[in-house]
Amino acid sequence: MTSHPTDTPQAPGSPAIKTRRFSVSLVWIVPIVAVLVGISLVVHSILQQGPTITLNFKTGSGLTANKTEVKYRNVVIGQVTDVALSDDQKSVNATVQLAKQAESFTRADSQFWVVRPRIGAGGVSGIDTLLSGDYIGADIGQSETRAKQFKGLENPPPITYGEPGKRFTLHTQTLGSLDIGSPVYYRKIEVGQVVAYELDAEGKGVNVEVFVHAPNDAYVTENTRFWNASGIDLSVGANGFALKTESLSSMLVGGIAFRAPPYSPNDKPADEARTFELFDDQDSALAPPNGEGQYMALRFDQALRGLKVGAPVEFLGVEFGKVVSINLDFDAKKRSFPLNVGIVIYPQLLGQAHTKLLKVMNHDPNDEAAGVQLIGSFIENGLRAQARSGNLLTGQLYIALDFYPKADKVKFDPSLRPVSIPTIPGNLEQLQEKLENIVNKINQLPIERIAGNLDSNLVELRKGLTQFNAKTLPGVQNTLADVSKTLQSASSTLAEDSPQREQLTQTLDELGRMSRSLRELSDYLGRHPESLIRGRPDNAAPLDLQGPPRK
Amino acid sequence: MNTPPTASELALCLCHSCGLSCDMRAGPTECERCGAPLHRRKVSSLTRTWAYMLTALALYVPANLLPVMNTTMLGSGADSTIMSGVLEFWQHGAWDIALIIFIASIAVPGIKFVSLTLLLVTVQRNSLWARKERSKLFRFVELIGYWSMLDVIVVALVAALVKFQALGTIEPRLGILFFGLVVVFTMLAAMSFDPRLIWETPHNKETSDDVTSH
Repeated sequence: MTSHPTDTPQAPGSPAIKTRRFSVSLVWIVPIVAVLVGISLVVHSILQQGPTITLNFKTGSGLTANKTEVKYRNVVIGQVTDVALSDDQKSVNATVQLAKQAESFTRADSQFWVVRPRIGAGGVSGIDTLLSGDYIGADIGQSETRAKQFKGLENPPPITYGEPGKRFTLHTQTLGSLDIGSPVYYRKIEVGQVVAYELDAEGKGVNVEVFVHAPNDAYVTENTRFWNASGIDLSVGANGFALKTESLSSMLVGGIAFRAPPYSPNDKPADEARTFELFDDQDSALAPPNGEGQYMALRFDQALRGLKVGAPVEFLGVEFGKVVSINLDFDAKKRSFPLNVGIVIYPQLLGQAHTKLLKVMNHDPNDEAAGVQLIGSFIENGLRAQARSGNLLTGQLYIALDFYPKADKVKFDPSLRPVSIPTIPGNLEQLQEKLENIVNKINQLPIERIAGNLDSNLVELRKGLTQFNAKTLPGVQNTLADVSKTLQSASSTLAEDSPQREQLTQTLDELGRMSRSLRELSDYLGRHPESLIRGRPDNAAPLDLQGPPRK
Repeated sequence: MNTPPTASELALCLCHSCGLSCDMRAGPTECERCGAPLHRRKVSSLTRTWAYMLTALALYVPANLLPVMNTTMLGSGADSTIMSGVLEFWQHGAWDIALIIFIASIAVPGIKFVSLTLLLVTVQRNSLWARKERSKLFRFVELIGYWSMLDVIVVALVAALVKFQALGTIEPRLGILFFGLVVVFTMLAAMSFDPRLIWETPHNKETSDDVTSH
């Protein structure tokens, strides 16, 4: 064995014997353990691997392979492993590796959407993704079937599966400012939201789907009325201004409110998925039901500026219908352009007048011919339609149905549909007509002749005046000068220091004295009437009047 | 023979522990002076080297496939493997850092595997080819051995330092453990290899076979 016999015993022999008890060195355990660990890792990862699904999104914004996570209730349940364009290059396919425990998210009706920050008037959502980046939100479905392909939603679903509550469908003419997520209010408390909307089958209306959370869904009863609570409802009435709004949020994003009318007997909670009408505002929602409408035609001969579709129709001052159409027509016979106005009236809005009338007339509301006959008798009694001015400032008109017993008789054609009601000109029109008549009469006056006569008269007048100026005026002047002289002399006669005045004063003094003497004489005669015969005795005179003795 | 006699020719064996030249003619198994076991060559050098190297190779796979660390920045977490880190640095233009990480973490272990395999195979074949270069290669392998720990140290350091709660957190992942084990086992493999085997001629191979069977 060895080339150097002396070397062989030098090799330490005993350990060699010891190790040879094992055919394989113990050190091989180390790589075996390492391989086992590696295999266990592989097996573990295979066992942990959940299903792989593909989500189809319109855009790949926010989706990053191996980074974007799929979360359910903020727990990571998977990760996007690949983002690629779809085959038709119209959308983006995101491949998602779900975790093992998220296997149930492959139910066919599971929903997936990208959570990104959304800032709207209704609120802010997904604000955490501003920093962390977008992630895919998931909602578990209930279907029994499984799927591999899912269509990603553009917006997060407002309601998660299994949320207690009820869905209702509201039918309306226009969506208005409503949107998915718009709140639903009951007595100004938010109890639900709009979850979907779509045009109805004919495209003539919108079906809005709302979800009302439990337990408040019990307040949606069969009589409940829904109305659009969007925006501000500002109304001006006899009581002043009234401002109605549900909340600041509903002013911005719109909202729906509902309530049952105050008197709703035998009301019970509505069934799921029941369809309701969505009214435009609270007043029309809670108003008594219109009942069945009746269409009627009116024919006006005069222009109706200010009459609009939707203008009210009143019967004796009670609003019970509206204008639905205004069409210009041409009358071949009269060569004029009359206006055809279509109206719809709701007799039920007349309230007890309607019901009592029906009772008295023994009339069945469903009997159309009888109804027309009834209207015919009304017209016989002078029922006429008139366009009246509702607002003098804006010139808006409304249609008034009223009785005018003095109106001209009109023949009623009961076979015509819609029923035609004769019209009379409106108040303003009547006034206008009268004014027109006056103007016509004025027009007919022989103004030119009158003016000619007046003109010649004036010429003569001027001639007369010239004559007057030339001849009469100088004479008048002379007369006036004479008068002035006369007055001057009179004035000098009456002056303070004139002799005439002096004489007058003396004469008056004399007269005074004379009258005193006469009074004395009469007094004396009164006391001594005998003196007329005998003459005056000496002592007869009063002392004061006694003159010196004559003897 | 112009060369001086070898230790085995003189029946001498150097104690690994205290460096005493022991006389092997009496067949001692322990050093006379310090009592350490006496081996003419490292005990079962080739087997151990093979075993450790294969272990390292087995661990090299998960070390590169599993994420080595998890970076959570502002709520978005991302696992990164060694290769993805290299690619990320490369794509961001930091090709120098990418190169360093690539060399330290991927190339060096690879070089070690290739070098050790080469050494082991040539020794087992008693090849006389380029013995001096092979010896140099071994020294090189030993030298670069611990530099691969760079990655482990970086991850440990970063994971310890970056703890900003919501802002950013870096956590080590399982991959770095495997990577550390790869480095450890390649170093063990290099340590187990006895470079003197390179110089063994077929003449004294038989004696060395006795030794390596220990």
